[in-house]
Amino acid sequence: MVILMMKLKLMKFKPFISSIIISFLLISCSDNKLSLSERSIIYCSEASPETFNPQLITSGTTIDATSNQIYNRLITYQGEDNKIVPALAKSWHVTRDGKMVTFYLRKNIAFHQTSYFTPTRTLNADDILFSFNRILDKSHPFHSISGGNYPFFQGIKFNSLVEYIEKINDYTVRFKLRHSDNSFLANLATDFSVILSAEYAGQLANKNTHHEIDILPIGTGPFKFKEYRVGSLIRYYRHDNYWQNKANIEQLVFDITPSNTSRLTKLLAKECDVISYPVAHEKITERSDLKLDSVTSLNVSYFGFNTNKEPFNNKLVRKAISFAINKQALIETVYHGEAEIAHSILPESSWAHNEKILPQEFNLKKAKQLLDEAGYTDGFTTDIWAVPIQRAYNPNAVTMAKLIQADLKKIGITVNIISYEWNTFLHRLTQGEHQTFLLGWSADHPDPDNFFTPMLSCSATNTSSNRTFWCNDKYDQLLQRALQTSNINLRKKYYTQALEILRNELPLLPIAHSKRFQARNKNVVGPILAAFGGINFYPVSKVNISYDNTIKSNNTKKMSVQ
Amino acid sequence: MLIFTLRRLSLFTFTMLLLTILSFSLSFLFPGDSVINLSGEVNATAAQLVELNLEYKTDQNIVIQYFSYLSHVLTGDLGLSMASQSLITHEIAILLPATVELSLVALLIAMFFGIPLGFFAAIRHNKRSDNIILSVAMIGYSIPVFWLGLLAILLFSINLGWLPSAGKISLLFEIESITGIQFFDILLSDSPYKWQAFRDASAHILLPACVVAIAPATIFIRLSRTSMIEVLQTNYIKAAKAKGLSFKQIIIRHAIRNSLIKIIRHVGLQFANLVTIAMVTEVIFSWPGIGRWLIESISQRDYTAIQNGLLLLSCFIFIVHILIDFIYAALNPLARDN
Repeated sequence: MVILMMKLKLMKFKPFISSIIISFLLISCSDNKLSLSERSIIYCSEASPETFNPQLITSGTTIDATSNQIYNRLITYQGEDNKIVPALAKSWHVTRDGKMVTFYLRKNIAFHQTSYFTPTRTLNADDILFSFNRILDKSHPFHSISGGNYPFFQGIKFNSLVEYIEKINDYTVRFKLRHSDNSFLANLATDFSVILSAEYAGQLANKNTHHEIDILPIGTGPFKFKEYRVGSLIRYYRHDNYWQNKANIEQLVFDITPSNTSRLTKLLAKECDVISYPVAHEKITERSDLKLDSVTSLNVSYFGFNTNKEPFNNKLVRKAISFAINKQALIETVYHGEAEIAHSILPESSWAHNEKILPQEFNLKKAKQLLDEAGYTDGFTTDIWAVPIQRAYNPNAVTMAKLIQADLKKIGITVNIISYEWNTFLHRLTQGEHQTFLLGWSADHPDPDNFFTPMLSCSATNTSSNRTFWCNDKYDQLLQRALQTSNINLRKKYYTQALEILRNELPLLPIAHSKRFQARNKNVVGPILAAFGGINFYPVSKVNISYDNTIKSNNTKKMSVQ
Repeated sequence: MLIFTLRRLSLFTFTMLLLTILSFSLSFLFPGDSVINLSGEVNATAAQLVELNLEYKTDQNIVIQYFSYLSHVLTGDLGLSMASQSLITHEIAILLPATVELSLVALLIAMFFGIPLGFFAAIRHNKRSDNIILSVAMIGYSIPVFWLGLLAILLFSINLGWLPSAGKISLLFEIESITGIQFFDILLSDSPYKWQAFRDASAHILLPACVVAIAPATIFIRLSRTSMIEVLQTNYIKAAKAKGLSFKQIIIRHAIRNSLIKIIRHVGLQFANLVTIAMVTEVIFSWPGIGRWLIESISQRDYTAIQNGLLLLSCFIFIVHILIDFIYAALNPLARDN
């Protein structure tokens, strides 16, 4: 009986074993598989998005994953000089006093058709009204669905700027502003000002599942949402009725890989086509099949202080610390020399940058002296919160924190380094649980106001974007004045004055302006990175290497026959 | 057979009771409120907390608290994962099949290579090939799996680019989870890329499964070698030789079958070992299984997931052991009396 059972067992195994062997043999000749992977792109990203609606956040990871993929905006940036060009709006008109802005919409712009929504109409003025009234109108049924915070819009005081939005006809909308604002169009062209579907929102409201609008997104962008597995992947398919030419790739997958080395391994093993924030740049450049992309992006990395908490409510302590940090060493170690020392929060490429402002000097003597003056002769103990993942402005915040720890030890300050998972980190920062923190800011548009207002204005302290909780009326007034004039010299003057206030008050210490890096397989072509804002996979395509080879070999055959 | 079954069942019950006591006491040893540790309701409002306290009977003595916990466990309520706020039973139901799949494929690979090599070594007893096989097995057994895994990735994924280094399947393939065992799911799916997906999944499992298989394979080599040597020295083999059977006939008809009986039980015992190795390997190869989940839970301080995940996992391994015992007893009547 035993023998019989063994026999049966072996017989059962045989077909299984042979099928395994056959399947392994087949791996080597998988020309068919290329067809699917060739029409798709896998992007290894560094963290999970918080939501699928860019209106609700300021985090770059979420912008990368959503804005340019799922949505469009009324107007957008184009070209190297970052000209504002039409997108969903085919044209616009601003009255002479700058208080009325009218947008004329394109017709026949289709929304995504997915398993959870089938649109019955194309884009019209109602969608524009819905998208912005959700932010403006506190009694709007969708206003407080996902917490009611619109940090970018609160930061730029969108509510006090826009008096109302009206629908002139189905394809014309008018924004009535309370005062003229030079950055208004620039702000509408950012990745945050996306257009949602009012029809979809109506359906959700009928089903009483309002919250789904930010989890199962519907937009007009080149890709439509398919699925999201938390911490694992996001899957998009091409939007075939896109109002421009449809995208070249059919499937776009975000493979969420927080570990730097795993991302590099996946790139080398060809499991990812493109990876964000690569480490080991030399390793990538020495491989002939890979390419390292970089873009000089408008960003700043800084060491911020929670000015609500002891001892950082004392200006002298903040100054003492700023003298004690060796920025040059940070740039060499953390950025491998591929960044510039920040003179102020503004990068040198911004037109408002002023040459006269020099970087904070490194002077331990002065630091010690200031600390004595502040009454902390024996030093104190504090926490540094370091961004847990790679950012464009800071490739390795934990290493930076360690270097700062060593620097501050010299003036008697003991530092504990704290790091949480990305979303928890942001959440806790917003709650103001931190003492000091290493973070940064990547600009959303080229206007210098995008550095001043969201990072340090009083209005931004209520939202999550000013985590120093520093608030200075004079500074805010200067920013307001700068926005109300179109005289560029005058604006530059105001911004220089604002920078001087920052220099004196030091709610944060600017450290570096860095390049943003990305690595890809050479067969992925087309621009992905931009100088500001999120990545964009719409213009990307894949070159079929094997296909090219066959064409070449056919040609050579013909040649030889001739 | 009845006594054998009863004995196994009582052993199972008592072990599980001990494990639940351990898991229950962990909720007090972990930092934080024990009710929150047990239920995983980190975002509970004050009213919900009062309700939870009532449910877990925290106002009464510890024995009653334990029994209320036990009744939760028996009804399948293992609480929520603190990190993801989804049901632990649900998460385990998704992840456990992936670990089982990896372990089973590894077990097959280990058996496929280990047992024949062991037999071969026994037949060539004390000759050079025997020594080589034994020393290679010894080396294989001594190599730490996390190091071997990294080495395999470095060689086969990064330098040679033959096999993928992470995950179960390329993310491009959308395979709906029906059984949880991916190969079956692929065969059941109606995706137009079914066979591409099957090939891709095979390529993905090959490297981690081989790494997991190394240690049990070396054990199988040594076991089958010893068992074959023993069988070859028995009288019935000598008798067969005397009857004039050829060496090939003796080996195939008599020796292999009889020595396999001794191995089959160890195959089962190896399964627990295999799951442990698989758990470490999962972390290296980003395999979405229970091991990676547990280790992530530890780093995220997800206490509910740690205590109840461990409980469920040990329960699973215990059940596998008992099943193997039954199969062994069915195959070998002599074992039933032990």
